[in-house]
Amino acid sequence: MPAPPFEYGLIVAGILFGIGAVGLLVRKNIIFMLMSIEIMLNSAALAFIVAGSRWGKADGQVMFIFILTMAAAELAVGLALVLQLYNTFRSLDSDIPSRMRG
Amino acid sequence: MNWLFYISAIVAIISTVMVITRTKPVHAILYLVVSFFAVALMFFSFGAPFAAALEIIIYAGAIIVLFVFIIMLLSPGSEAGEQERSGIKREEWFFPGVMIGILLIQLLIALLMSPNNPGAGLEIGPKAVSAALFGPYLLGVELASILLLGGLVGAYHLCRRNSNQGDEQ
Repeated sequence: MPAPPFEYGLIVAGILFGIGAVGLLVRKNIIFMLMSIEIMLNSAALAFIVAGSRWGKADGQVMFIFILTMAAAELAVGLALVLQLYNTFRSLDSDIPSRMRG
Repeated sequence: MNWLFYISAIVAIISTVMVITRTKPVHAILYLVVSFFAVALMFFSFGAPFAAALEIIIYAGAIIVLFVFIIMLLSPGSEAGEQERSGIKREEWFFPGVMIGILLIQLLIALLMSPNNPGAGLEIGPKAVSAALFGPYLLGVELASILLLGGLVGAYHLCRRNSNQGDEQ
Protein backbone atom coordinates (compact mmCIF):
# COMPACT_ATOMS: atom_id res chain seq x y z
CA MET A 1 0.00 0.00 0.00
CA PRO A 2 1.68 3.23 -1.04
CA ALA A 3 2.25 6.12 1.30
CA PRO A 4 0.50 9.41 0.52
CA PRO A 5 2.38 11.67 -1.92
CA PHE A 6 4.98 13.55 0.05
CA GLU A 7 4.26 16.79 -1.81
CA TYR A 8 0.80 16.83 -0.27
CA GLY A 9 2.28 16.30 3.18
CA LEU A 10 4.61 19.25 2.69
CA ILE A 11 1.71 21.37 1.40
CA VAL A 12 -0.35 20.56 4.49
CA ALA A 13 2.65 21.37 6.70
CA GLY A 14 3.01 24.70 4.90
CA ILE A 15 -0.69 25.50 5.31
CA LEU A 16 -0.56 24.71 9.03
CA PHE A 17 2.57 26.81 9.42
CA GLY A 18 0.86 29.70 7.62
CA ILE A 19 -2.19 29.45 9.87
CA GLY A 20 0.07 29.48 12.91
CA ALA A 21 2.01 32.48 11.62
CA VAL A 22 -1.20 34.40 10.89
CA GLY A 23 -2.48 33.59 14.37
CA LEU A 24 0.79 34.76 15.93
CA LEU A 25 0.62 38.05 14.05
CA VAL A 26 -3.09 38.73 14.46
CA ARG A 27 -3.89 37.70 18.02
CA LYS A 28 -3.10 39.98 20.95
CA ASN A 29 -3.68 37.47 23.75
CA ILE A 30 -0.38 35.92 24.87
CA ILE A 31 -1.93 32.49 25.40
CA PHE A 32 -3.17 32.47 21.80
CA MET A 33 0.26 33.55 20.63
CA LEU A 34 1.81 30.60 22.48
CA MET A 35 -0.75 28.27 20.90
CA SER A 36 0.15 29.63 17.47
CA ILE A 37 3.83 28.95 18.18
CA GLU A 38 2.92 25.36 19.11
CA ILE A 39 1.00 25.00 15.83
CA MET A 40 4.02 26.27 13.88
CA LEU A 41 6.41 23.89 15.67
CA ASN A 42 3.95 21.06 15.07
CA SER A 43 3.82 21.79 11.34
CA ALA A 44 7.63 21.86 11.20
CA ALA A 45 7.63 18.44 12.85
CA LEU A 46 5.11 17.24 10.25
CA ALA A 47 7.44 18.40 7.49
CA PHE A 48 10.32 16.44 9.08
CA ILE A 49 8.18 13.28 9.38
CA VAL A 50 7.06 13.58 5.75
CA ALA A 51 10.63 14.03 4.57
CA GLY A 52 11.80 11.08 6.67
CA SER A 53 9.04 8.97 5.16
CA ARG A 54 10.06 10.12 1.66
CA TRP A 55 13.63 8.88 2.09
CA GLY A 56 12.76 5.90 4.27
CA LYS A 57 15.10 6.99 7.04
CA ALA A 58 14.54 7.36 10.78
CA ASP A 59 16.22 10.78 10.86
CA GLY A 60 12.94 12.61 10.39
CA GLN A 61 11.47 11.04 13.52
CA VAL A 62 14.65 11.82 15.44
CA MET A 63 14.26 15.46 14.50
CA PHE A 64 10.59 15.23 15.53
CA ILE A 65 11.68 14.08 18.99
CA PHE A 66 14.10 17.02 19.22
CA ILE A 67 11.35 19.45 18.17
CA LEU A 68 9.08 17.89 20.79
CA THR A 69 11.70 18.41 23.49
CA MET A 70 12.28 21.98 22.40
CA ALA A 71 8.55 22.73 22.33
CA ALA A 72 8.09 21.37 25.85
CA ALA A 73 10.99 23.39 27.28
CA GLU A 74 9.89 26.52 25.42
CA LEU A 75 6.32 26.19 26.64
CA ALA A 76 7.35 25.71 30.28
CA VAL A 77 9.41 28.91 30.24
CA GLY A 78 6.81 30.74 28.15
CA LEU A 79 3.95 29.93 30.48
CA ALA A 80 6.04 30.93 33.50
CA LEU A 81 6.64 34.25 31.73
CA VAL A 82 2.89 34.56 31.08
CA LEU A 83 2.25 34.11 34.80
CA GLN A 84 4.85 36.80 35.58
CA LEU A 85 3.31 39.19 33.05
CA TYR A 86 -0.18 38.61 34.40
CA ASN A 87 0.93 39.20 37.97
CA THR A 88 2.70 42.40 36.94
CA PHE A 89 0.22 43.96 34.52
CA ARG A 90 -3.04 42.14 35.40
CA SER A 91 -3.65 41.56 31.69
CA LEU A 92 -2.81 39.08 28.96
CA ASP A 93 -2.63 41.74 26.23
CA SER A 94 0.72 41.58 24.50
CA ASP A 95 0.65 45.31 23.73
CA ILE A 96 0.70 46.37 27.38
CA PRO A 97 4.30 45.26 28.18
CA SER A 98 5.49 47.43 25.27
CA ARG A 99 4.46 50.50 27.23
CA MET A 100 6.59 49.79 30.28
CA ARG A 101 9.27 52.22 31.33
CA GLY A 102 12.68 51.87 32.90
CA MET B 1 -3.23 4.76 3.37
CA ASN B 2 -4.12 7.75 1.30
CA TRP B 3 -7.67 8.53 2.44
CA LEU B 4 -6.46 8.40 6.04
CA PHE B 5 -4.07 11.22 5.19
CA TYR B 6 -6.57 13.31 3.22
CA ILE B 7 -9.32 13.25 5.84
CA SER B 8 -6.80 13.93 8.62
CA ALA B 9 -5.37 16.85 6.65
CA ILE B 10 -8.80 18.41 6.18
CA VAL B 11 -9.65 17.97 9.86
CA ALA B 12 -6.26 19.40 10.89
CA ILE B 13 -6.63 22.51 8.74
CA ILE B 14 -10.22 23.18 9.85
CA SER B 15 -9.44 22.71 13.54
CA THR B 16 -6.29 24.84 13.33
CA VAL B 17 -8.25 27.68 11.73
CA MET B 18 -10.79 27.33 14.54
CA VAL B 19 -7.97 27.57 17.12
CA ILE B 20 -6.83 31.00 16.02
CA THR B 21 -10.34 32.37 15.55
CA ARG B 22 -11.80 31.48 18.97
CA THR B 23 -12.33 34.17 21.58
CA LYS B 24 -12.08 32.03 24.73
CA PRO B 25 -8.81 30.15 25.33
CA VAL B 26 -10.55 27.00 26.59
CA HIS B 27 -12.48 26.59 23.34
CA ALA B 28 -9.27 27.12 21.41
CA ILE B 29 -7.64 24.36 23.45
CA LEU B 30 -10.42 21.94 22.51
CA TYR B 31 -9.69 22.58 18.84
CA LEU B 32 -5.95 22.42 19.49
CA VAL B 33 -6.39 18.88 20.84
CA VAL B 34 -8.28 17.95 17.66
CA SER B 35 -5.50 19.47 15.57
CA PHE B 36 -2.82 17.47 17.41
CA PHE B 37 -4.81 14.25 16.99
CA ALA B 38 -5.22 14.91 13.26
CA VAL B 39 -1.49 15.57 12.87
CA ALA B 40 -0.79 12.36 14.79
CA LEU B 41 -2.95 10.44 12.32
CA MET B 42 -1.02 12.08 9.49
CA PHE B 43 2.21 10.81 11.08
CA PHE B 44 0.58 7.38 11.25
CA SER B 45 -0.38 7.47 7.59
CA PHE B 46 3.21 8.41 6.68
CA GLY B 47 4.52 5.28 8.39
CA ALA B 48 5.67 6.82 11.68
CA PRO B 49 3.58 5.14 14.41
CA PHE B 50 6.11 5.92 17.14
CA ALA B 51 6.00 9.62 16.33
CA ALA B 52 2.19 9.47 16.28
CA ALA B 53 2.14 7.95 19.77
CA LEU B 54 4.60 10.58 21.03
CA GLU B 55 2.50 13.34 19.46
CA ILE B 56 -0.60 12.19 21.32
CA ILE B 57 1.17 11.53 24.63
CA ILE B 58 3.30 14.67 24.81
CA TYR B 59 1.53 17.27 22.67
CA ALA B 60 -2.10 16.34 23.27
CA GLY B 61 -1.31 15.18 26.80
CA ALA B 62 1.39 17.15 28.56
CA ILE B 63 1.43 20.41 26.61
CA ILE B 64 -2.36 20.77 26.61
CA VAL B 65 -2.39 20.11 30.36
CA LEU B 66 0.13 22.95 30.79
CA PHE B 67 -2.18 25.26 28.85
CA VAL B 68 -5.16 24.18 30.95
CA PHE B 69 -3.18 24.83 34.15
CA ILE B 70 -2.31 28.33 33.04
CA ILE B 71 -5.86 29.15 32.00
CA MET B 72 -7.18 27.86 35.32
CA LEU B 73 -4.59 29.94 37.18
CA LEU B 74 -5.35 33.11 35.23
CA SER B 75 -9.10 32.98 34.72
CA PRO B 76 -11.16 35.06 37.15
CA GLY B 77 -13.40 33.02 39.39
CA SER B 78 -16.69 34.84 38.86
CA GLU B 79 -16.72 34.22 35.12
CA ALA B 80 -16.09 30.51 35.61
CA GLY B 81 -18.93 30.33 38.11
CA GLU B 82 -21.40 31.94 35.72
CA GLN B 83 -20.32 29.61 32.97
CA GLU B 84 -20.80 26.61 35.24
CA ARG B 85 -24.28 27.77 36.21
CA SER B 86 -25.39 28.29 32.66
CA GLY B 87 -24.41 24.73 31.82
CA ILE B 88 -22.19 23.52 29.05
CA LYS B 89 -23.52 24.79 25.76
CA ARG B 90 -23.87 22.33 22.97
CA GLU B 91 -22.03 24.31 20.29
CA GLU B 92 -18.93 24.45 22.47
CA TRP B 93 -18.19 20.75 22.51
CA PHE B 94 -20.19 19.43 19.56
CA PHE B 95 -17.93 20.38 16.64
CA PRO B 96 -14.62 19.27 18.23
CA GLY B 97 -16.36 16.05 19.28
CA VAL B 98 -17.53 15.40 15.74
CA MET B 99 -14.02 15.92 14.37
CA ILE B 100 -12.47 13.63 17.00
CA GLY B 101 -15.15 11.06 16.09
CA ILE B 102 -14.21 11.29 12.41
CA LEU B 103 -10.56 10.67 13.26
CA LEU B 104 -11.41 7.72 15.52
CA ILE B 105 -13.70 6.11 12.95
CA GLN B 106 -11.19 6.36 10.14
CA LEU B 107 -8.45 4.94 12.37
CA LEU B 108 -10.69 2.01 13.30
CA ILE B 109 -11.58 1.42 9.64
CA ALA B 110 -7.89 1.48 8.70
CA LEU B 111 -7.06 -0.99 11.45
CA LEU B 112 -9.90 -3.31 10.49
CA MET B 113 -9.17 -3.22 6.76
CA SER B 114 -5.49 -4.05 7.07
CA PRO B 115 -4.54 -5.11 10.58
CA ASN B 116 -0.96 -6.00 9.66
CA ASN B 117 0.00 -2.72 8.05
CA PRO B 118 -2.58 -0.02 8.78
CA GLY B 119 -0.27 2.88 7.97
CA ALA B 120 1.73 3.39 4.83
CA GLY B 121 3.79 0.91 2.90
CA LEU B 122 7.17 1.74 4.42
CA GLU B 123 6.90 1.81 8.19
CA ILE B 124 9.76 3.16 10.30
CA GLY B 125 9.25 1.69 13.72
CA PRO B 126 10.57 2.59 17.17
CA LYS B 127 13.55 0.26 16.78
CA ALA B 128 15.05 2.17 13.86
CA VAL B 129 14.31 5.51 15.54
CA SER B 130 15.98 4.42 18.77
CA ALA B 131 19.02 3.08 16.92
CA ALA B 132 19.42 6.43 15.16
CA LEU B 133 18.70 8.41 18.34
CA PHE B 134 21.34 6.68 20.46
CA GLY B 135 23.77 6.13 17.62
CA PRO B 136 24.70 9.11 15.45
CA TYR B 137 22.44 11.54 17.34
CA LEU B 138 23.76 10.83 20.83
CA LEU B 139 25.20 14.33 21.18
CA GLY B 140 21.80 15.76 20.21
CA VAL B 141 20.15 13.71 22.97
CA GLU B 142 22.58 15.12 25.52
CA LEU B 143 21.96 18.65 24.26
CA ALA B 144 18.19 18.07 24.49
CA SER B 145 18.60 16.95 28.10
CA ILE B 146 20.56 20.12 28.87
CA LEU B 147 17.80 22.14 27.16
CA LEU B 148 15.16 20.44 29.31
CA LEU B 149 17.21 21.15 32.43
CA GLY B 150 17.49 24.78 31.37
CA GLY B 151 13.73 24.98 30.84
CA LEU B 152 13.11 23.42 34.25
CA VAL B 153 15.46 25.79 36.04
CA GLY B 154 14.11 28.78 34.12
CA ALA B 155 10.47 28.02 34.88
CA TYR B 156 11.30 27.37 38.55
CA HIS B 157 13.25 30.60 38.80
CA LEU B 158 10.50 32.69 37.24
CA CYS B 159 7.79 31.26 39.48
CA ARG B 160 9.98 31.46 42.59
CA ARG B 161 10.75 35.15 42.08
CA ASN B 162 7.03 35.67 41.64
CA SER B 163 6.22 34.04 44.99
CA ASN B 164 8.94 36.08 46.76
CA GLN B 165 7.44 39.28 45.39
CA GLY B 166 4.05 38.17 46.67
CA ASP B 167 5.52 37.66 50.14
CA GLU B 168 7.07 41.12 50.19
CA GLN B 169 3.81 42.75 49.19
